[in-house]
Amino acid sequence: MTAPLGAGSAPAKVTLAKALNAGLRKAMEDDPKVLLMGEDIGRLGGVFRITDGLQKDFGEDRVIDSPLAESGIVGTAVGLALRGYRPVVEIQFDGFVYPAYDQIVSQVAKMHYRSGGRLPMPVVIRIPFGGGIGAVEHHSESPEAQFAHTPGLKVVACSNPVDAYWMIQQAIASPDPVIFLEPKRLYHSDKAELDPSATPAPLFTSRVARRGSDVTLLAYGPTVKTSLAAAEAAAGEGKSVEVIDLRTLSPLDLGPVYDSVRRTGRAVVCHEAHVNLGLGAEVAARITEECFYSLEAPVLRVGGFDTPYPPAKAEEHFLPDLDRVLDAVDRSLAW
Amino acid sequence: MSELFGPSPSTSGPDMVQLLTPEGQRVECADYRFEPPAGADGSVDEAEVVRGFYRDMVLTRRFDVEATALQRHGELGLWAQLLGQEAAQIGAGRALRPQDYVFPTYREHGVAWCRGVDPLRLLGLFRGVDQGGWDPAANNFALYTIVIGAQTLHATGYAMGMQRDGVVGSGDPTRDAAVLAHFGDGASSQGDVNEAFVFAASYNAPVVFFCQNNQWAISEPIERQTRIPLYKRAEGFGFPGVRVDGNDVLATYAVVQAALQRAREGGGPTLVEAYTYRMGAHTTTDDPTRYRLSDEVEAWKLKDPIARVEAYLRRGGLATPDFFAAVEAEAEELGVRLREGTRALPEPDPVGLFDNVYSEMPEELAAQRDGYAAYLASFEGVAS
Repeated sequence: MTAPLGAGSAPAKVTLAKALNAGLRKAMEDDPKVLLMGEDIGRLGGVFRITDGLQKDFGEDRVIDSPLAESGIVGTAVGLALRGYRPVVEIQFDGFVYPAYDQIVSQVAKMHYRSGGRLPMPVVIRIPFGGGIGAVEHHSESPEAQFAHTPGLKVVACSNPVDAYWMIQQAIASPDPVIFLEPKRLYHSDKAELDPSATPAPLFTSRVARRGSDVTLLAYGPTVKTSLAAAEAAAGEGKSVEVIDLRTLSPLDLGPVYDSVRRTGRAVVCHEAHVNLGLGAEVAARITEECFYSLEAPVLRVGGFDTPYPPAKAEEHFLPDLDRVLDAVDRSLAW
Repeated sequence: MSELFGPSPSTSGPDMVQLLTPEGQRVECADYRFEPPAGADGSVDEAEVVRGFYRDMVLTRRFDVEATALQRHGELGLWAQLLGQEAAQIGAGRALRPQDYVFPTYREHGVAWCRGVDPLRLLGLFRGVDQGGWDPAANNFALYTIVIGAQTLHATGYAMGMQRDGVVGSGDPTRDAAVLAHFGDGASSQGDVNEAFVFAASYNAPVVFFCQNNQWAISEPIERQTRIPLYKRAEGFGFPGVRVDGNDVLATYAVVQAALQRAREGGGPTLVEAYTYRMGAHTTTDDPTRYRLSDEVEAWKLKDPIARVEAYLRRGGLATPDFFAAVEAEAEELGVRLREGTRALPEPDPVGLFDNVYSEMPEELAAQRDGYAAYLASFEGVAS
């Protein structure tokens, strides 16, 4: 095991998985009320090893291997939060969150409201999401819109190691419940230099990931990498694409998006989730309301088709890849 | 079928803990004794405690009757009656210590009474002026949970928190605590209840699962939920289960007290099935004449939880006529206070509906609120 990152550590190049592990460790060091709960997160360190080594260092009372029951995990997390703890729940795969759906939308999301503000619900629900790992059914889904549609929940998605390190700590510190989406296919891929002494941007903010002037490309989670690659390819063809990493899906932070679209006049939204009633629909509607007279083309969406997630050998057709993103960019520019 | 489902409604059955018969006869049970706590002077005055239970039950029933009437008068949108379940709730509620914590369903008006929650706060929820206007921390009484069974997981998680706080098995009676989780026979079919059993057993959590089996889940009889007596399910999860006569306040107190003490000492969870009967409708929107016979209701009336305590107190000369008159007068006063108080409950502020969705209101929600406030203001001065 590599040495854990902590405050005062020297900058190091880490994967997204290692960055999350370091962020969780830091949050647990900073606040003894932070607990981790989930299936296989203790001795095994999680099926993706995000919690690797944490049970050994923080004990079984703080890194809790749970029975295999997602509603039970989230429901007991509610009780722990009511007792003053800050549970961080790991849902093993996106497609396994649905048994906990009632506890999330009816209890976690509404407790603060129901209680007239007396009962905060500082629960973080981590969900590895998205496809591209060649998995069997239920292991590649993008359920974010179902949670972003629920008042009382906050929903964020990280796209890179540096954001992952800071955003997980900020989500744990949030007094409100946060659905924390992690792009699983990027867990162990690219490394980035992480400086634990840096000052992070606030959690509920979007970020311009690449400057451009011809079209605004909006993405979050795994599609940020795809979009940046598409922008690079477009640059080779003389097209200047601005890429914005939304980061926060509820609440949305669209101020920088409006600023961008007012300059470019064109917007494309990209996500892996089904396009029908996906985040792109809401983003498109708001851009249309706010930037109507600046638009040179309708806001276009590129994403997963309105089918169930297909078998792994067909997922490359379902997922928006570089070429489909470029196709949407070209259609916007040609409008 | 009776051998499958345990005691039939007309008999108490050998597997049900009972300390006071429907006729008001004190009986003993080998496993559970009625051992009320000592008073301020250190002595135990059993009759005084029973009189207190009687008062609690009479006032709780009066509260329930008043609330039902208030709904009929249009002052409440809905009311979930507890009629017939007074002994189960008062017995369980009085077995609690201040440091224990309660997770109710939406029918635990008697337990709320024992915890000192103002009944008007409960009525506010059913009037629709709020969704739970009491402070759970003030009385260690959580908000009512309307989704069936969801709260049993919250109770289990809360109990896991108590374990981590070191308030289980310390040996200090003023410190050691447990959780009382309420649910009903219908909820026993829910996944959440079964998951709560698994988690509580796995972590040995200090939680008492208190199931009021009132025989009916709206229109569905207990036979639709279970093929064995509910308390026997506990064995399959790895902890004890016990059935108590839920219309016997002394037995319910004794059994819940023992189960809570076991939990406080670190002994883990217990399932208590309080065998009782929903004398009224599921709620004021329900019509039980469509699905059950009046014979059944009449049979259960003979086992009324309050009448047997009154018979016990009168026959034993344990309460004076003045006592009964004083309780009745108190019930009258409560009725007046509830009727007047309900009508005086403040209406919610329309713009306030945007508050408390989050700890801090996001900008986009603030914009919605401001837009709606401006919209409302545009009608000011406009003749309707």
